[in-house]
Amino acid sequence: MYLTREEKEMLDGKYGEGVATAMKVLVGVGEAFGAEQMVEISRAHVALSNQEADLWFVEKLVRGGATCKVSPTVNPGFNLEYFQEVTEIDRADEEIIKRTRAAYKAIGATLTYNCTPYLEKNVPRFGEVTAYSESSATPYINSVYGARTNREAAQSALCAAVTGRTPLYGFLLDKNRKGQVLVEVQAEIKDDFDYQMLGYCVPKKTGHGVPVFTGLPQNPSPEALMNLGAQLNTAGAVPLYHIVGVTPEAPTLEAAFHGEEPQKRVVVTDQDFQEIKNAISSEGGKIDFALFGCPHLTISQVGRVARLLEGKELAVELWLCTSSLTKELAKRMGFWETIRRAGGHIVEDTCIDQPCWHHLYGKKGVTESPKCAYYTKRRNMEFVIRSIEDCVEAAIKGEVE
Amino acid sequence: MTGQPAIFGCHKISGGRAQGEALVSTDDICFYLVDPNSGKVIEKGHSLEGQSIAGKVLIFPSGKGSSVVQADGLYQLSLKGTAPKAMIIQYPETVLVSSAIIMEVPLVDQLEPEFYQRVFSGDQVEVDADNRTVKVIRQR
Repeated sequence: MYLTREEKEMLDGKYGEGVATAMKVLVGVGEAFGAEQMVEISRAHVALSNQEADLWFVEKLVRGGATCKVSPTVNPGFNLEYFQEVTEIDRADEEIIKRTRAAYKAIGATLTYNCTPYLEKNVPRFGEVTAYSESSATPYINSVYGARTNREAAQSALCAAVTGRTPLYGFLLDKNRKGQVLVEVQAEIKDDFDYQMLGYCVPKKTGHGVPVFTGLPQNPSPEALMNLGAQLNTAGAVPLYHIVGVTPEAPTLEAAFHGEEPQKRVVVTDQDFQEIKNAISSEGGKIDFALFGCPHLTISQVGRVARLLEGKELAVELWLCTSSLTKELAKRMGFWETIRRAGGHIVEDTCIDQPCWHHLYGKKGVTESPKCAYYTKRRNMEFVIRSIEDCVEAAIKGEVE
Repeated sequence: MTGQPAIFGCHKISGGRAQGEALVSTDDICFYLVDPNSGKVIEKGHSLEGQSIAGKVLIFPSGKGSSVVQADGLYQLSLKGTAPKAMIIQYPETVLVSSAIIMEVPLVDQLEPEFYQRVFSGDQVEVDADNRTVKVIRQR
C-alpha cells in the first residue's frame, strides 16, 4: 500500500505512539481490503459504546498522546446525573461512563452524545469522503446525502479521526456504489413506521447486495429515511441503498444500477410486513413501560408524542431518548412540559443499550423501533413493536392490543 | 498418526505467528456471543455452540455483529486468556479486521480452496501471518 511521507511518519511514530497505533490499524484495514492508498477525510462519527474495549482503546490512544485531526461527533452513553435522580446506578457503571467522557474529551472529540449526527452537527455534502460508524448513520450518509463512508467499526472511525485518513476501498469507490438487488415495494407505505418494517424485512431477501427500491413515495420524511437505514443495517449489513427518484445516486433505475442488470429481483408485500412484525414483536397485553429513541427522536417525533399526551396521564413509565439540542427545543416549544406533566421523561445523551435501565430488566415495554428490541434482548427486556401513536396510547392505558 | 505437513500461501491481515489446534466453523462468528471465562460459544444454533475457541486456530467464514460488540467480545476473551491464538477467514469485514489488529491476534485470508478440503478440527495448524504461510499437520 502506498503511503505519503507524512503517513509513513505517522506510522513510524514521529507524531507519537497513539497516532502510530491509529495508522497501524488503518494500514491493516487497507491491506485487508486491497486498498492502494489512503485518502483524507473531512468528517467522522465514532460510535463510542461505553464498553470496556471501547474505553481501553481510546485511553490507549490518549496515553500515546493522540488527539483528533478531524474532531468526530460521538454516540450516546448514558446521562449519569439524570439517571442517578430516578434510579440506582452501579458504582462500576458510574466509573466507566465518567472515564469514557474524560477520554473522548481528552482526544478532542465533539461531545454530542447523539446517534443521529447526520441530522444535526455533522452533515456532509454530496461526494464528501468521511468515516462514520453507527448503524443508522452510515446508510444515511451514503444513501441520502451521497457522501461516502465504509461501514466503519467504532475503532477504525476513531483511528480515521486521529490521523485524518482512511484507506481507499469499498464504498469510497464509484464501482462499489452501484445497485445490485432490485427491491420492488408493493406493500402499502402509509407512514414512517412502515419504513421500520421495510428496513427490517429486506436484508433477509437481498443478502449482502446494495438494494435499489422502487415503488416508494417520492417525498419521504427524514424520519422515514432514518428508520429505513437503521433497520436495514441492523437486520443486515447494508450501509448503502438507493431509492429511484429520491436519493441522489439514483435519478433513474438505470443510473442506480450503473447501466447494468440487477443481479437479483425481490418483491416486498403487505404480507412481508405482517410476518416480520409477528416475528420480532412480542404479543400484546399488559405493559410496564414505553421506550422511544433508537435512533434518537427528532423534534418532530417528540412533538407527535407531546400532542398525544396533551392533558393525559400515563399509566406506565414513558421514556424519550434524544439529543441535547432536541431536548432544548422541546423545552422551548412546550413539548417537554406537556410530556413531564403526563408523567413522561425526555432524556438526552442516552442510548437504549446502556447499563442505566436496570429498573426495566425483566419487564415488558412498547417501542416504535425494531432495533431497540433487538439490542435489548441481552438485557432481558421484552418489547411489543408498534407505531409511535399506538405506543403512546398503550402507555396511557397500560396495555397494548 | 501424523502425516506430512501441507503448506499454503495466505494474505496477511493482522501480523504475528502462532500454532495451535484447528477449530473449523461453518458459521460467521460474533465474539460477543462467546463466554469469556470458558471460551465456549454460547450462540444458540451456532455450528460451534458449546465448543471452546480458547487457544485454538479458529477457521471461519467471516465476522458478524455491530461495530462495538465484536471488539468488546474479543477484548474480553483476550483479557481472560480465552481468545483464539490465530484466525483464518474467507470474507474480511472492517469490524473484525480492526478488532484483530487492535487485539494483536494474527489474522489471514485468501487461502486456496484445497486448504479447506485438507483442514479439519483437531489438526495442528501454524499460522505465520508475517511470512504469509499456513502449515497444516494432520493429526489423524
